[in-house]
Amino acid sequence: MARKTTMLIMGLSLVAAAGCTKKQRPEDLPQAPMTPDTPAGNTDAGAPTPGSQADFLARVTADRIFFDTDQSDVDAEDQAALDSQAVWLKTYPNTRVTIEGHCDERGTRDYNIALGARRANAAKNYLASAGIDASRISTVSLGKERPEALGSDESAWARNRRAVTITVQ
Amino acid sequence: MRLLARHTLTCFAVMLGTTAHAQITGTVTDESGSNEFVVAIPPLTTPDSVATPAGNTADLGKKIAEILANDLSGTDVFTPVGPAGLRGISMAEVTAPAFPEWAGKNAENLIHGFVRANNDNTLTVGCYLYDVALKTEMVRQGYVVAPRDWRRAAHKCADAIYARLSGENPFFDSRIAYIAETGPKGNRVKRLAIMDSDGANHRFITNGQSIVLTPRFSPDYKSIVYLSYLNNRPRIFIYDIVSGKQRLVTESANQTFSPRWSPDGKYILYSMAMGGNTDIYRISTAGGKPQQLTSGAGIETGGSYAPNGAKIVFESDRSGSQQIYVMDADGSNQQRISFGSGGHATPEWSPRGDLIAYTRIGGGQFRIGVMTPAGGGERLLTSSWQDEAPTWSPNGRVIQFFRTTQGNGKASVWQVDITGAKERRIQTPVDGSDPSWGPLLP
Repeated sequence: MARKTTMLIMGLSLVAAAGCTKKQRPEDLPQAPMTPDTPAGNTDAGAPTPGSQADFLARVTADRIFFDTDQSDVDAEDQAALDSQAVWLKTYPNTRVTIEGHCDERGTRDYNIALGARRANAAKNYLASAGIDASRISTVSLGKERPEALGSDESAWARNRRAVTITVQ
Repeated sequence: MRLLARHTLTCFAVMLGTTAHAQITGTVTDESGSNEFVVAIPPLTTPDSVATPAGNTADLGKKIAEILANDLSGTDVFTPVGPAGLRGISMAEVTAPAFPEWAGKNAENLIHGFVRANNDNTLTVGCYLYDVALKTEMVRQGYVVAPRDWRRAAHKCADAIYARLSGENPFFDSRIAYIAETGPKGNRVKRLAIMDSDGANHRFITNGQSIVLTPRFSPDYKSIVYLSYLNNRPRIFIYDIVSGKQRLVTESANQTFSPRWSPDGKYILYSMAMGGNTDIYRISTAGGKPQQLTSGAGIETGGSYAPNGAKIVFESDRSGSQQIYVMDADGSNQQRISFGSGGHATPEWSPRGDLIAYTRIGGGQFRIGVMTPAGGGERLLTSSWQDEAPTWSPNGRVIQFFRTTQGNGKASVWQVDITGAKERRIQTPVDGSDPSWGPLLP
């Protein structure tokens, strides 16, 4: 199935991939579920603490990648996001991350847990292939339990079919 | 017996439009032309109206009649009438009904009974079923229960009557484990909860701090296996209902989910995602080394034992979409059985062994269906935006499932009989999903 929608921000140096029909600015992207809040002191200081989740979010192209219906493959846009995560992980070699795999609501519960595991693992495998020690990366599938977009339409489902990288603090 | 009943009903339907209407509640007209037994259920009487911990015995008699009517109306066998609108009966009538009067109300069958408070603080519930035309007694049962179990006496009475007239096994005296849901769609609070088959005697088990999913009662009702995201590590736990303690089924760095009991309660079937690939495993409830039953790159999950434990039905996307497969209990001899259009998921083997219930995905809908274990006779029972995860009544004649509403994502527990009729919502205190019907109570 051809990708019809993508929410990834590719950065100024990258031309939007063919088929990309929608873009959002980073500040439009909702915060990932289960993401620790940025400590108040950091925002006061003006710059995130190096190695923190806030620092991760500020430095990576995107903390998440998106998937087509019932798919778990990592395409070129996804690779750009994961490459930026790999750069950050190499900068802070003592950090660890958890990758959450998620699905849209239009699947049965157990299958979606399995599908979310596939997606999280696809992101993990890419980071490992980019030189990140796999022991620094854990995965968890939330299936359809934690949708981020709350509608019941294709645009919401596209945003919910995701793998989100979260630093372990 | 059955032929007689149908004949009587035909006459009854003709009369309905004229004089009978004032005497019997309107639900009967909806069923005219069906072959259901019209059964009159006046309030149960009492030899002595006294207070008990469960309430006054006369009040209990009326409530038990209401439970009988509600239970029996959910099957394709009965059209209950009463207790509302029907007169009370005397103790003498319990064993000597006023047959002509009930015949005049067009009842084919008649339920009488009584509630008696005993000196040892128990209750006796008498339960009688009569054939009105033949003036014969068909069921005579007495149930001695603690006052707190008065609803069980009602369900046992309904079971005895249902079994007598349908020829099927009983199923009302059973319980449901399910997931109670509250909170916003993006952050649902999910709690393990249990209730009677009709939604009564509801009890929350977990407090909602962790996501919990897919509970299953053990065959002996002593424990519940379920998936918990405790400490954000999704794993399978067994909750002991008596002690209130829970224990991990298997320790693994990998995510485990989709737990199911074997019919003898000695094994747990579960799924494990390893390196993104999900397969089905089996482990003894006593612990030990898991046995891998499926392999390969596809997602193999779900799983449900045949009642004799010899085979397992499960789902796999190895063909490119979710489809249903059957294998021997050791994982050998895997064969696909679903070939109709769309996806087929969440297969559950009927306790009777004759059917597989499943979720059919396609045409913008998720629907509940049944097929034979060989894959034939596919029939869809429901139609809605998203019906999912069927679970069988203990006798394999009724299916519960959950329905998700498009947009707000709210889920509710429903049931339907295997003909696709009698669809009704099971009332729960909050939203509900993942129902799992236990066996007949011991």
